[in-house]
Amino acid sequence: MKGNEAIAEAAIRAGCRFFFGYPITPQTEVAAYMAKRMPKEHGVYLQAESEIAAINMVYGASAAGARAMTSSSSPGISLKGEGISYMAGADLPGVIINVQRGGPGLGGIQPSQSDYFQATRATGHGDFHLIVVAPSTVQEMVDLAYEAFDLADEYRTPVMVLADGMLGQMMEPVVLPQRKESLPDKPWAVTGHGGARPKNIVNSLHLQPEDLERTNIERYERYAKIQAAEQRAEEYLVEDADIVVVAFGASSRIARSAVNKARAAGIKVGLIRPITLWPFPTDALRRAAASAKGFLVIEMNMGQMVDDVRLVVSGAAPVEFFGRAGGIIPTPAEALAAIERIAAHVGTEVTLAEGSAR
Amino acid sequence: MSEVVFKRPAALTDTQFSYCPGCTHGIVHRLVAETLDELGIEGKTVGIAPVGCSVLAYEFFACDMVQAAHGRAPAVATAIKRVNPDNVVFAYQGDGDLASIGMAETVHAATRGENITVIFINNAIYGMTGGQMAPTTLPGQITQTSPYGRNAATEGFPIRVSEMLATLDGVALAQRVTVDSPKNVRAAKKAIKKAFEYQIEGVGYTIIEVVSTCPTNWGLTPVDALQWMRDKMLPYYPLGTYKDIKADGFADVAEAATARAAELAGDTPAAPAAPNGGDE
Repeated sequence: MKGNEAIAEAAIRAGCRFFFGYPITPQTEVAAYMAKRMPKEHGVYLQAESEIAAINMVYGASAAGARAMTSSSSPGISLKGEGISYMAGADLPGVIINVQRGGPGLGGIQPSQSDYFQATRATGHGDFHLIVVAPSTVQEMVDLAYEAFDLADEYRTPVMVLADGMLGQMMEPVVLPQRKESLPDKPWAVTGHGGARPKNIVNSLHLQPEDLERTNIERYERYAKIQAAEQRAEEYLVEDADIVVVAFGASSRIARSAVNKARAAGIKVGLIRPITLWPFPTDALRRAAASAKGFLVIEMNMGQMVDDVRLVVSGAAPVEFFGRAGGIIPTPAEALAAIERIAAHVGTEVTLAEGSAR
Repeated sequence: MSEVVFKRPAALTDTQFSYCPGCTHGIVHRLVAETLDELGIEGKTVGIAPVGCSVLAYEFFACDMVQAAHGRAPAVATAIKRVNPDNVVFAYQGDGDLASIGMAETVHAATRGENITVIFINNAIYGMTGGQMAPTTLPGQITQTSPYGRNAATEGFPIRVSEMLATLDGVALAQRVTVDSPKNVRAAKKAIKKAFEYQIEGVGYTIIEVVSTCPTNWGLTPVDALQWMRDKMLPYYPLGTYKDIKADGFADVAEAATARAAELAGDTPAAPAAPNGGDE
């Protein structure tokens, strides 16, 4: 399946029956797929008048207790920032897909990872975080989108699937998950009190500073639980690595090829691939920092996740960056060259495999 | 034994209103609450509070309530209604919220014919932020951000929301009322109740615009504010029913829209929908 269609099907199987979309390249297939499938699932596909309206419809549907989703691409996600902040403030679940393209501004329509800062730091105003997951294959688009709804409901937070134009447009075989039959109860939802319970209010306004601070503290206690329980990263050949490459999403695929090539050339290099960008997989990075001689962060942007890696590594080893921006996908050869540069720089030992010639 | 002849509607909580003395929000809240009581629908109603003076409406109505981002109430209401079509959903919005920042959401919820009811308070000013120019501020009207009076040449003209929305096929009822006298309060109540009844019947989008006052930011006493409203606002925003498709003999907005399309096409029967792939 195509990534964008796979993610939509996964959402339906996760129990999402309300999708609010707006056309923007390179995510439009998500909306088109939903438009085709939702009527057959007795669900709602609604093409909103704007990305702003779409995210506020997610806010409303989620407030009413439904599993709801919207998808967009970078410029559209900026518009959704307001609604995402309100969702966080009102403790509403919901899933937002960002099939990233290059920016800033109208930018381009080619794949990019330049919304890392936005997704992990400042999707909207105020003190809050999203759970941000970053697939690197179409199968993972399916698995993470499917699970995103559970995470959103469990922690009552919006969850973003941070993909990119390459993952959205590529086709790979996938195994689709079972349909979720039972969904969690939401006693806080606004469904009409029916005279049977006190009224529910979905709200992010707290005019008393002490009240507002208390809600922020409660939310950050929840974030601490998320950080403890939900960090995820794939570690590949990291155990004996002198050089650790860190890359997520589409760029991790290129990084993996480069690591394989570097290993074949005798460089002890491994890959850490963050799957959750928030919570950032600090545990995996910290373990690696105990023995690695150097880190190389590869991204499809001008250098964003590299800041998080530097924070974790905290000076224990040099952290270098290689990236291409504007929608250019780095080649494995470029990535390999970057690995070789840092290997030379930190003086890693090159162990030639038996019988190999250099 | 004394008899209770007047009391707080059950659909209002006992929370004290946060509105200024003389503000008409309180009357309109009461009319909405009386409607919920009389139709027996408080238990299945979800209200949407806007950003503006009535942001705290979520405290005042006894039904389930949602507070929406500035201007986004129609989008939020749309989704709530789509999730639970048996709910009665109303949005309560002011002029800045509805006609400025939320105009896109308003027009599109209306044109989709969403089965929701919008109570629109038009007092020609941004009240909560202290009296700035609104999309409905009258030409020449002095506000904090039109200190020399709204100059239409540079600040444009006020928007007549009910008239504009009445042009849209999705709108079942668009009516402008006010609450400056017992007679007009009764008429406003009737209009609000009709809007909720239409929603329950699934007729289409309903909006009741209430021409209101803002004594505080207009710098007038409550009594003078009502007079200013009568003298200045009502000529620009005439009271009346701008659209009522049931009064026109239609069951719902779909039926009315089909008839209108046929009329515009020159009384020919409406063309059947294009078959799938008809553009090939």
